[in-house]
Amino acid sequence: MLLRFYMRKLRMPAISGLIPASAVTLLLLLTAPSPLTAYDYPVINPYAATIVGTPTALKARAPEKIREKEMLIPPLKGREIPDVFWYQHGMKYSLAYQKEKAPLIFIIAGTGANYKSSTMDGLKRSFYNAGFHVVSLTSPTYMDFIVNRSTSGMPGVMREDAEDIYSAMKLVWSQIQQIVGVSDFYLAGYSLGGAHSAFIARLDDEVRFFNFKKVLMINPPVNLYSSMKLIDSMLADNLHEGLENLDNYFESTMKKFSRIYQQSNNLAMNSDFIYSLYREMKPDDREMQSLIGISFRFFAANMIFTADVMNNAGYIVPEGKKLSSTSSTTDYFKVATQINFSDYVDELFYPFFKKRHPEITKEKLIQDQSLESIREYLASTDKIGVFTNADDPILDRQALDFLITVFGKRARIYPHGGHIGNIDYNENVSDMIAFFVEGGGK
Amino acid sequence: MNGASQKTAFIVLVTLACLISQISGCATNGTLSGKAATRPVELYAKPGAKYAIDVSDPLEGFNRGVYRFNYYFDRYLFLPVVNSYEFITPDYLQERFSNFFDNIGTLTTVANCILQLRPTCSVATLGRILVNTTIGIGGLWDPATNFGMDNYREDFGQTLGRYGVGNGPYLVLPVLGPSNLRDTAGFIADATAFNILDPLNFENNEELGIAYTTMNSIDKRHRVKLRYFESGSPFEYELVRLAYTRFRQFEINK
Repeated sequence: MLLRFYMRKLRMPAISGLIPASAVTLLLLLTAPSPLTAYDYPVINPYAATIVGTPTALKARAPEKIREKEMLIPPLKGREIPDVFWYQHGMKYSLAYQKEKAPLIFIIAGTGANYKSSTMDGLKRSFYNAGFHVVSLTSPTYMDFIVNRSTSGMPGVMREDAEDIYSAMKLVWSQIQQIVGVSDFYLAGYSLGGAHSAFIARLDDEVRFFNFKKVLMINPPVNLYSSMKLIDSMLADNLHEGLENLDNYFESTMKKFSRIYQQSNNLAMNSDFIYSLYREMKPDDREMQSLIGISFRFFAANMIFTADVMNNAGYIVPEGKKLSSTSSTTDYFKVATQINFSDYVDELFYPFFKKRHPEITKEKLIQDQSLESIREYLASTDKIGVFTNADDPILDRQALDFLITVFGKRARIYPHGGHIGNIDYNENVSDMIAFFVEGGGK
Repeated sequence: MNGASQKTAFIVLVTLACLISQISGCATNGTLSGKAATRPVELYAKPGAKYAIDVSDPLEGFNRGVYRFNYYFDRYLFLPVVNSYEFITPDYLQERFSNFFDNIGTLTTVANCILQLRPTCSVATLGRILVNTTIGIGGLWDPATNFGMDNYREDFGQTLGRYGVGNGPYLVLPVLGPSNLRDTAGFIADATAFNILDPLNFENNEELGIAYTTMNSIDKRHRVKLRYFESGSPFEYELVRLAYTRFRQFEINK
């Protein structure tokens, strides 16, 4: 199975007509016998795939009700939580558990996502359905993680974030070992969580606490900084009047949305809502790139403000200023959403670590946050695999080549699917399960 | 001697006042260190410019206090009750309750469709009530939706909006959540009208009235998926405020 390689030329035709417009087409796609080499995930445009994901009819089937607990780990010992985060009392995670002894998999969310984001929910159900206990963990870039469990309060350094996640995992294990019988430990993560998984696997090989049997990275960035720059440019290149007019763009999108909302009486707010909205709005590539850029900008704004306050770093909030539970943060939102990733690195991230390690250069700091920095480890271990897409917009040609060269047979490159657009697609899910079950044994 | 001790007392008082105000964070508008931020608000959030996130909110401090109250209310009272309700009541019965309250709530829609002089909306909604009350056995089932009848939602806040009344300042209401001056007035008007019409004859049956209100609130909360502070954004208050305001505008323009 793993030998199967999907390498085709990247295609980016116009969107109209490529998206199956009716349920009949979807049904046909689902039932038609497909030749072995074909990959039938239906959204060909990478930006559209990134935004709309997989239509419900083509998702892997998983039970609706699962045996699950929502649990909480306390903040780091001695952590003082600033008043403006008065509602933070620890970090939540979820445990989906089998009745019998079973393998346990930790799954790690991507940038700005928590343990129960829709992508995490899909992954959890798929692994649960395949007989795993599943522990879902929030991304170190998410507010709750930064406030409660990030040692530095400044996420983005892969080794430190991996250590923070690892210590959270150990705490989780101490809470759940009475509830579940575990045969082996596994690990998976998507997007940034995928890159974290690699660094955690490396740490675990040194510490040998969990002894992960197999580890899967799904659509990881190869070089975090390059990926962030690609996302930056999605916004910068496409906002017609320049970044100053982020708000104008928002207004015009709202107007468009409002028009559609008024025309349709039955725009159901279900899992296919975005899909139907996408079909109605028919956005072009530029608009879709801007949308992806804006959603990342928004995640970044959350992260930047949180990291700034946690460290009293004086970046947006003046140094020494105490915000209370009733202070307005609206102005800080305005400032934070104007900051792109490379400015953030230059103005906050790099100076912050330079202060701690005066010898570090910006280039070294950036290089350390890439999979290239642990290339030898990745090439030498056979427990780590990678699933990604040839058209993933956060990967450039060089990054894709890196994955193919270093992982060889352990890399699976689907011809299309954008950035995690196909993660719920039934074929992808059965490939993922096969990676863990066939290779590792249950 | 007397004067000196008075002075000391005064200094102690001022220091205490400063401390308290710092703890509560009320009086710390200025920068304590006097050092400007790297990206100061003064430079990056221009006072004259219009930002999408802006919503008229002169009572923001108070509103945030109520938002906080609502979080605790939700956490320690409302959600535990709703969770027990969901645990005890079979899904099938929960749906019957929801349909029942929806059907009665539709009366408000009819009244407001009429006030807005919209015949289609009025007739369609009246038809809905008739179908659901009869074939749907007192509104416990919702055959109207299966028959493809449109489901309008109108309230007096929307009616006011349609006649050109602006939002007014944003308000966070205790327990009820996000609103604004216009919608709060609308809400009171709808509730008063309901009490005057008294379709279920609560006037002569006070206990039934209390049971109705309680169950209606539980059903409403059960159907709203929002949980406070699970957005992962330190700007959640602003985002809820924006979403509420925009969504109401959509509804009014519809």
